[in-house]
Amino acid sequence: MSTSTLTARAVETASPARKRRSFGAWLKDKGWRHAVGVAVAAFAVFPLLYVLSAALNSNGTLAGSSGLFTRIDVGNFVNLFNDPSRPFGRWFINTLVIGVVTSAATVFLGAMAAYAFSRMRFKGRRVGLLSLLLLQMFPQLLAVVAIFLLLSGISDVVPWLGLGSQLGLIMVYLGGALGVNTYLMYGFFNTVPQSLDEAAKIDGASHVQIFFGIILRLVTPILAVVGLLAFIGISSEFVIASVVLTDPDTQTLAVGLYSFVADTRSKNWGIFSAGAVLAALPVMALFLFLQRYIVSGLVQGGVKG
Amino acid sequence: MTQVSETRPDADQAPRSASRQQRGGRPPSFLGKTFGMDSLKGTLAKVVLLGLVDAFAVYVMMMLFISAQWPVLVVAALVTLAINWIYLRKGGLPAKYLAPGVVFLVVFQVFVVLYSGYIAFTNYGDGHNSTKADAISAIQLTAQKRVPDSPAYKTTVLKKNSDFYLLFTGPDGAVSIGSAAKPLTPVVGETLDGSGKAVALPGYDTLNFSQILANQTEILKISVPVSSDPAQGSLRTADGTTAYAFKPSLGYDAASDTFTDAATGATYTDNGHGAFADKSGQTLATGWKINVGFDNFVRAFTDPNLRAPLLGVIAWTFTFAIASVILTFGLGLFLAVTFNREDLRGKKVYRILMILPYAFPAFLSGLVWSGILNPQFGWLNQTLLGGAEIGWLTDPVLAKVSVLVVNLWLGFPYMFLVCTGALQSLPTELDEAARMDGAGAWRVFRSIKLPLLLVSIAPLLIASFAFNFNNFNVIYMLTGGGPRFTDTTRDIGSTDILITLVYKVAFGQGTGRDYGLASALAIVIFVIVATVSAISFKQTKALEEVNS
Repeated sequence: MSTSTLTARAVETASPARKRRSFGAWLKDKGWRHAVGVAVAAFAVFPLLYVLSAALNSNGTLAGSSGLFTRIDVGNFVNLFNDPSRPFGRWFINTLVIGVVTSAATVFLGAMAAYAFSRMRFKGRRVGLLSLLLLQMFPQLLAVVAIFLLLSGISDVVPWLGLGSQLGLIMVYLGGALGVNTYLMYGFFNTVPQSLDEAAKIDGASHVQIFFGIILRLVTPILAVVGLLAFIGISSEFVIASVVLTDPDTQTLAVGLYSFVADTRSKNWGIFSAGAVLAALPVMALFLFLQRYIVSGLVQGGVKG
Repeated sequence: MTQVSETRPDADQAPRSASRQQRGGRPPSFLGKTFGMDSLKGTLAKVVLLGLVDAFAVYVMMMLFISAQWPVLVVAALVTLAINWIYLRKGGLPAKYLAPGVVFLVVFQVFVVLYSGYIAFTNYGDGHNSTKADAISAIQLTAQKRVPDSPAYKTTVLKKNSDFYLLFTGPDGAVSIGSAAKPLTPVVGETLDGSGKAVALPGYDTLNFSQILANQTEILKISVPVSSDPAQGSLRTADGTTAYAFKPSLGYDAASDTFTDAATGATYTDNGHGAFADKSGQTLATGWKINVGFDNFVRAFTDPNLRAPLLGVIAWTFTFAIASVILTFGLGLFLAVTFNREDLRGKKVYRILMILPYAFPAFLSGLVWSGILNPQFGWLNQTLLGGAEIGWLTDPVLAKVSVLVVNLWLGFPYMFLVCTGALQSLPTELDEAARMDGAGAWRVFRSIKLPLLLVSIAPLLIASFAFNFNNFNVIYMLTGGGPRFTDTTRDIGSTDILITLVYKVAFGQGTGRDYGLASALAIVIFVIVATVSAISFKQTKALEEVNS
């Protein structure tokens, strides 16, 4: 918006020049930009084409993948779903379930906390916000040893919540729910005018009704974005998941696909690529769909990376 | 998305607090007029949810009671009481909204960090993972030798809920069952075959020969204690059909707190480091957990097997994080400037293609690139370089370069997006004014745009540094930390960063798990990250926002 005057002028001056512009001038002005664009786009896209090509080539091994797309069939995808020791289908479902439950709970817990911080004044509010800001500097994976030992301790008392349990893993992930998201949502909640809740209060609405009926409704798109970003993050999480989930049937895509290539990187390459393509597609689709929101979120505070 | 910082003058709270005093003395922390009453539905939902939480809490406390974990039981009871108090009392509204998230936060983020701190000062790890009493019985259980004249017990392997059990028929025909966890107990209701051997038991599945073969390693490991006293020995099978009695080869004498080897007569005494040792310093494999003070930290920086590799890892961690930030930011900024033209055709296409790496799941990127760069079979050597054998991932220097290139691939789209956003939000008047004054494009960029850009991007660069400092996925998936250093027996390599080292020390194969050392290294990371964030924290505007 701020560039409108400038560009208008630039176009005006540029258009008469364009007709009699030599190739050299074009190269100097725009041509090199296209060259950079093509080169960088090739760098960016090549590994993705490579993995797609390997997935569609049922020759299977790493060594056999010389040319791209020399052979196209779905053999790898068929094999992928027919290996009982590596249940890809289960991994996919596990990732979905863990991701959806965790991100939904994350959004809910974060939204409740953000509501409290945004709409109420209480002792320790400032300290609370500050500590959240501080805590988000320390990723959970730093304490992976302690998390493992804590869960193995929980296993002795409540086995279905301890090591090897997906519910246990979800609980661990929820430990990070407040740190990352509350501050972000706090900012969004503050943009909802206070006068709306005041009006609702006068009409006799309870705090719960204001929370669910007004605030959450107004920021629903934001909640969706925060939830989807949490989902994307959790579906790539490897460290804690690999430590907690030991049984192949309970593992997530990150842990499972790693095991595909960890020992024999070369042999299972085709099947791994097929799995990688299937695992990446939904996440990439989500990401591109959310691109606009993510970009604005990025500039604000760095959501991923 | 602009942040509207709320300005709520404290003055207009004053008149309200008076009316609030009349309504049950709610604290004057509330905003506005009092809320309406909770609806019946809301109250009901609250009661049901709280009931579920309490039911779970009672269940946990019963389990804790059974396993006699008194301190944890007390804490659990206090937490349950606190939760009930928060939700049943009138007022205290903020706590009601904060409690659920805070409970998880405290347990799985704050507590685990403190717990790491505690573990860092112990020798917790393989061979040192329990109390001394447990260690004594474990030694008796593991150091067992076959009794020379042991009778043969006919054995059947059973399975129940994925646990293996052994069903024994003694020489006298008595049938009993046991597993690694459950000592021998007599059974009734067994099915006998022609030879009088018990072959099945209701509620258990009998394994046939091929199933036994398939689970061979697990079955051979099973050692069924004869009774709960480990000194009594155990029964073991070497083939899944016959078992023999085993007795501890090391006898424990409680009075002198020593183990004596029945065969050699050597005595092992408590060496003060959580293990039993003989006179020459040879220790028994199973020890117990003790506090070792700063031992882990001292060991990390003095043990010749660890010192040089660790210093290398720390240096590389910093290099990797800083170089990653500089490279991704450099390329991202360059691209942002290059494509910051309204009239460039195909800009949208370039943009979409360029952010694809960012959308691709990070853990997969490392694995995919490891295929491309694989020295023997990888596409780069085989196809692009026509069969060259360049050790992209096996040469110490090239592996570092490869890691940086892959991380550049992963990270530049983010910087590109961020820089584009920041560039577009710069006021154009400055640009125009500078051009009026005769500044060239480069001059405008270097003296005006870049400094302004850095103001808004700097916090993100620091966040990016902190992220890359712990960028586990890219390293672990691409090189696994390798190639390994040659001057150490431990699994440490030239591309290892601190966090992958922590993971490998704690959960790696080969050298035993060493939770104590891993936690000590995690604490080192913690201190570094804290220092970096403390410095950056001062410079971000975050503080001002909180103050509003």
